[in-house]
Amino acid sequence: MTLRETIISAPGIDASPDENQCPSNVPAYIVSREQFRDAARMMKTADARLVAEWATDESHYSSLPLPSGEREGVRGRGFGIYACYARDNEYLIVKTYTPIEDPTFPSITKKFAPAHRFERQMNSLMGVIPTGHPDLRPWIRHEDWPEDAYPLRKSFDASKPMQRVKGEYNFIKAEGEGVYEIPVGPVHAGIIEPGHFRFQAVGEDILNLEERLGYVHKGIEKRFESLSWTEGVKLAGRVSGDSTVAHSLCYCRALEAMTGCNPPERVLWLRALMLERERIANHLGDIGAIANDAAFAFLLYQFSRLREMLLRINLKLFGHRFMMDRIIPGGVIIDINSDGKNEILAEMNWLLKEFERLVVIYDENPSLEDRVRDTGILKPETAKELCVVGFTARASGRNLDCRIQNPFPPYDKIIPKVPVLNSGDVHARAWVRIEETRESIRIIREILNNLPDGQIAEPDLKSQASCPQPHRAGFAVVEGWRGEIVYWLQSDAKGEINRCMVRDPSSVNWLALEQAIHGNIVPDFPLCNKSFNQSYSGHDL
Amino acid sequence: MLRILHQIFRTGIVTEPLPAETGAAIQEIGAKLEDVIRRRFRRSLTIRAVDAGSCNGCELEIHAINNPIYNCERFGIHFTASPRFADMLLVTGPVSRNMEIALRRTYNATPNPKLVVAVGDCGCNGGIFGEGYASLGGVDKIIPVNIKIQGCPPTPVAILQGILKAIL
Ligand code: SF4
Repeated sequence: MTLRETIISAPGIDASPDENQCPSNVPAYIVSREQFRDAARMMKTADARLVAEWATDESHYSSLPLPSGEREGVRGRGFGIYACYARDNEYLIVKTYTPIEDPTFPSITKKFAPAHRFERQMNSLMGVIPTGHPDLRPWIRHEDWPEDAYPLRKSFDASKPMQRVKGEYNFIKAEGEGVYEIPVGPVHAGIIEPGHFRFQAVGEDILNLEERLGYVHKGIEKRFESLSWTEGVKLAGRVSGDSTVAHSLCYCRALEAMTGCNPPERVLWLRALMLERERIANHLGDIGAIANDAAFAFLLYQFSRLREMLLRINLKLFGHRFMMDRIIPGGVIIDINSDGKNEILAEMNWLLKEFERLVVIYDENPSLEDRVRDTGILKPETAKELCVVGFTARASGRNLDCRIQNPFPPYDKIIPKVPVLNSGDVHARAWVRIEETRESIRIIREILNNLPDGQIAEPDLKSQASCPQPHRAGFAVVEGWRGEIVYWLQSDAKGEINRCMVRDPSSVNWLALEQAIHGNIVPDFPLCNKSFNQSYSGHDL
Repeated sequence: MLRILHQIFRTGIVTEPLPAETGAAIQEIGAKLEDVIRRRFRRSLTIRAVDAGSCNGCELEIHAINNPIYNCERFGIHFTASPRFADMLLVTGPVSRNMEIALRRTYNATPNPKLVVAVGDCGCNGGIFGEGYASLGGVDKIIPVNIKIQGCPPTPVAILQGILKAIL
């Protein structure tokens, strides 16, 4: 039974389809507030994973008729509460409303572990209250924000700075003989993003790790609401600079789903070309960095040399080292001619040879092996429980890749073969990325050898793609190098941006680090952390 | 081990005479950088990088100036883990409200005399994130800035040039 059939036929759940949700293969169903948790239970029983949970402020949607059976007399529709589930190649959204004057909804944290943070975030930024949630400490919001500051509410004026108030964040405590605490960050030793980690340790052994993030919260989701659809893609490309291609692509795909815009095949193939180049560049940098954190600097320098060469070709052929702002709604702004094609093919030949040489060195180094094997294990059961995605999931036995489960051309023809390992340790995460690099090289070759002819940005398509109907919602997923990125866009009564929900893979995968670190020693933390290499900016938004 | 040595010999020295693509003018800047650092910083300019809210794009390019091709160490530029040893802060991002205090503390922990270089369009003026409840805008809104390096993100060459400008 599909997830859709499950929700329609569930006894005691009265689910009506939301006709405004696009594309049609990702349906949304509206249920009553009371049934929101029942729906979660059905999804759990059906073995689905929770992709994302978010809230919208729809209180100003008063001109719309209320969905059948909803509370009369509520101003507008109140807040929308959404949960997105997935299983195999199916995605499904369950939606409910909660009124402004009593913005509660049943928490689904007890069914799905990642809801724990999603709901803290919804509570912190939208002021909706998940009843039955075990831990409503603020998340992303910091303790010195004013009490009534809920930036995602329409009534909140985001243009003004916020006052600082007194407040304290209650970290989890551990007590006992010889237990001590190590606070780390937000400013870290290396050139990396800021976040705070708090360890409880005995000797070198880590008892517990608690993450405290939100330091780079820039108000991105709110910022979207003040931009036009065409400006929005630039912001999407800066949610996480290392994944600029994947994020802007995902935004465009959600927008194109809303507007019914179908870019020509050539555009889709060029986008995939950039997506795979971004994947390779990040994998190269990170494999080297993992080796470096195990004190094998040789590989860092070697891999960063390969990465730099790739970035230079990006600059030469795509006009930007990270290919920022190359993807726009309805198209791409850069084409590849036959010289460019030959240059990339030659580059791939060179790269593969160089890469394989380094892989042998990685693989045959016993002191490196000693550090990366059996370190930072994320067990397959835990990975499933936490609904992790991307290479983190594939290193822990989960065969998830939206290039396969939710493909767009050319991935329907050039099907990626993704490696899945079960050991879940630092080595597995690195090795999955090694194999993915090889695979991306193959995909790039195939793309270039079969690139369809056509336009790259037709003016008609561009304008079509940036003018959605009022009150539409669009959903898209893209497999960035970290994993599944999700965008859900919603237009308001004028057809402008009402809400842009961004779910970086890091939003779920950060949970995994806390689990994987159990039983490890403090000095291995940087290595473990690097092997996940999660985004702070993409998480904090 | 033999393989490693072989790879080292095969690769040779890939460091560019800084940096080939922008030609002789930059070579001169590289030489100047080295010269000033030798005279004014006793051969070592120590930098503490602070991400005050960036998207991580700028960080990647700061990493790149450390890669073997740009190899900033050859001019005497080192990155340090602690602001206490730093001559210069390289600050990225629009300053987020949640990083404001940490940035001020890092600035105060850096001994005088100190230089502050704002990296990237965001560090210069807040970039696309602008100014609002969560993004406070450019670095100079919070701490004094000596030099601003534009670009989104600035290229490694631009970052090296900016560093030079700050110490001249
Ligand atoms: S300048 Fe560009 S790359 Fe740098 S932090 Fe801002 S958006 Fe990111």
